[in-house]
Amino acid sequence: MSNTLLQVIVSGLLLGAVYALFSSGLTLIWGMMNVVNFAHGEFVMLAMYVAFMVYTSLGLGPAASVPIAAMALAAVGMASYFLLVRHIMKGPMLAQILGTFGLSLFLRYSAFWWFGSDFRTLPDTLVGSPFQFAGLRLDAPRLLAGVVALFVTLGLHLILTRTSLGSRMLAVSEDATAAQLMGIRPERMQAAAWGLAAGATGIAGALIATFFYTSPTVGETLAIVAFVTVSLGGFGSVPGALVAGLLIGLVESVSAYKLGPVYKDVVVYSLFVLVLWCRPQGLMGKM
Amino acid sequence: MSSPQNAAPQASVGAPLLSVTNLEVRYGDLIGVADVSLVVPKGSVVALLGSNGAGKTTTLNAIAGIVPASKGKIEFEGQAIAGQPAYAIVRKGLALSPEGWRLFVQQTVEANLLLGATPLADKSQAPHLLQKVYAIFPRLAERRLQRAGTMSGGERQMLAVGRALMSAPHMLLLDEPSLGLAPAIVESMYETFQKLHKDGLTILLAEQSVDLALEVSDTAYVLQVGKSVLSGSARELANNAEVQRIYLGAGH
Ligand SMILES: Nc1ncnc2c1ncn2[C@@H]1O[C@H](COP(=O)(O)OP(=O)(O)OP(=O)(O)O)[C@@H](O)[C@H]1O
Ligand SMILES: [Mg+2]
Repeated sequence: MSNTLLQVIVSGLLLGAVYALFSSGLTLIWGMMNVVNFAHGEFVMLAMYVAFMVYTSLGLGPAASVPIAAMALAAVGMASYFLLVRHIMKGPMLAQILGTFGLSLFLRYSAFWWFGSDFRTLPDTLVGSPFQFAGLRLDAPRLLAGVVALFVTLGLHLILTRTSLGSRMLAVSEDATAAQLMGIRPERMQAAAWGLAAGATGIAGALIATFFYTSPTVGETLAIVAFVTVSLGGFGSVPGALVAGLLIGLVESVSAYKLGPVYKDVVVYSLFVLVLWCRPQGLMGKM
Repeated sequence: MSSPQNAAPQASVGAPLLSVTNLEVRYGDLIGVADVSLVVPKGSVVALLGSNGAGKTTTLNAIAGIVPASKGKIEFEGQAIAGQPAYAIVRKGLALSPEGWRLFVQQTVEANLLLGATPLADKSQAPHLLQKVYAIFPRLAERRLQRAGTMSGGERQMLAVGRALMSAPHMLLLDEPSLGLAPAIVESMYETFQKLHKDGLTILLAEQSVDLALEVSDTAYVLQVGKSVLSGSARELANNAEVQRIYLGAGH
């Protein structure tokens, strides 16, 4: 394998890990309570602005912005649940769609009002300069983002499958009434799911901000990738989001290299349609 | 402490652990139960009998708090519990093994049991209780890492009862534990209930199989179209002509 191709594969996988992380929050909320959070992209956008503010006010990079964004977005997620989602869940499907869609518009235009429409970027040197490793030229922010994203996604999966909190959350999603017979308060678990999902999304946003421009509308661009990743991986499955994220990152990167950057989306979406043709439930989804 | 006011004569003496007075439950415009009164003395086994649709499940679900009572009083250990959410009631020591088991089928047997321990105030009791449930149902220990959804009917019933026991309840509500099970399994299940009773557990048991229920219970109530119409000691009811008429008459 040529060194350039290896380079392309590695950067594709690093990007893919970030896709996986910022899609897992979306898939987790769906898996827990069959709600599509249309404000998901705006959660990423908010986290990017948090990273930006941590830099402008404290002069600090991801070591500070990642935990701060995680906590800030977990709070935003739980507030969204208690103030909005909890109420619209009792309504018809259309109310749920319009409810979170309304939230996305609210957050997007609040960002316009607060931050203005300028594109902002963090300095390239905030994380570190590019370096050579084993013959590969690695971009420090992307390497950090990819590696952290991979571990956070795996950590999220472990929380859901190996802890008592995960078991209680799954119990509520399986049968909320039976969960109450176990002394579990369903609303607390659903709030916890929103906190966890939005917190993970916050980490993703703070990482993305180190190598991608930040603007009030960046959430739209990113949300499309998240929806594609989640449908490809299977709605509700965090491992599915991980596999699909890595796959999309890889395919995007390799096709951009082989065919040219303009064609990468064509290849990704063709693959997407093809997979859903054969497996409408996604790679790891349940029917 | 209240006793049933009009429906059924009080069946037994002894300090009541649970008392239900003139309970009414509505499902929208439909009536689930119209007027049910019963008393469960501490340390006893009480049977709740009645044919299909008589209101047994509705009564147990209302006591456990998963359907709201529209009228009437429910008192457990001297406290009014009607209107409280199910998650609060189970923490008071009143556990239900519900109709249809309602297991968490995607999770393992052991995860289901540990979920049953959630209401414990002292979580350090959980491992001890788990060992106790495994001793009662060795089959569950064999299957501890298997998903609940892959188990047979008998095993699911054991898991539902075991899961309810994990909260170390003062009182157990059992909804038709014999339903759909092979006779040998039913028999061992009932032996288990008798053992639990000897160890001091108070049980309210809903059943369609009258003979089975009367064999293990001290007192029994008969429900008919949502009302408690008869009550008495198990022996009285077993020989009662009206019980024979309601059950044998209706069934054949
Ligand atoms: N969820 C519900 N919605 C509407 N009506 C219900 C509901 N559950 C029960 N009912 C009605 O309430 C009445 C009592 O039903 P319930 O299930 O309590 O009886 P049961 O004695 O447990 O019967 P079975 O022996 O068949 O389990 C019946 O007329 C039934 O049709
Ligand atoms: Mg029933």
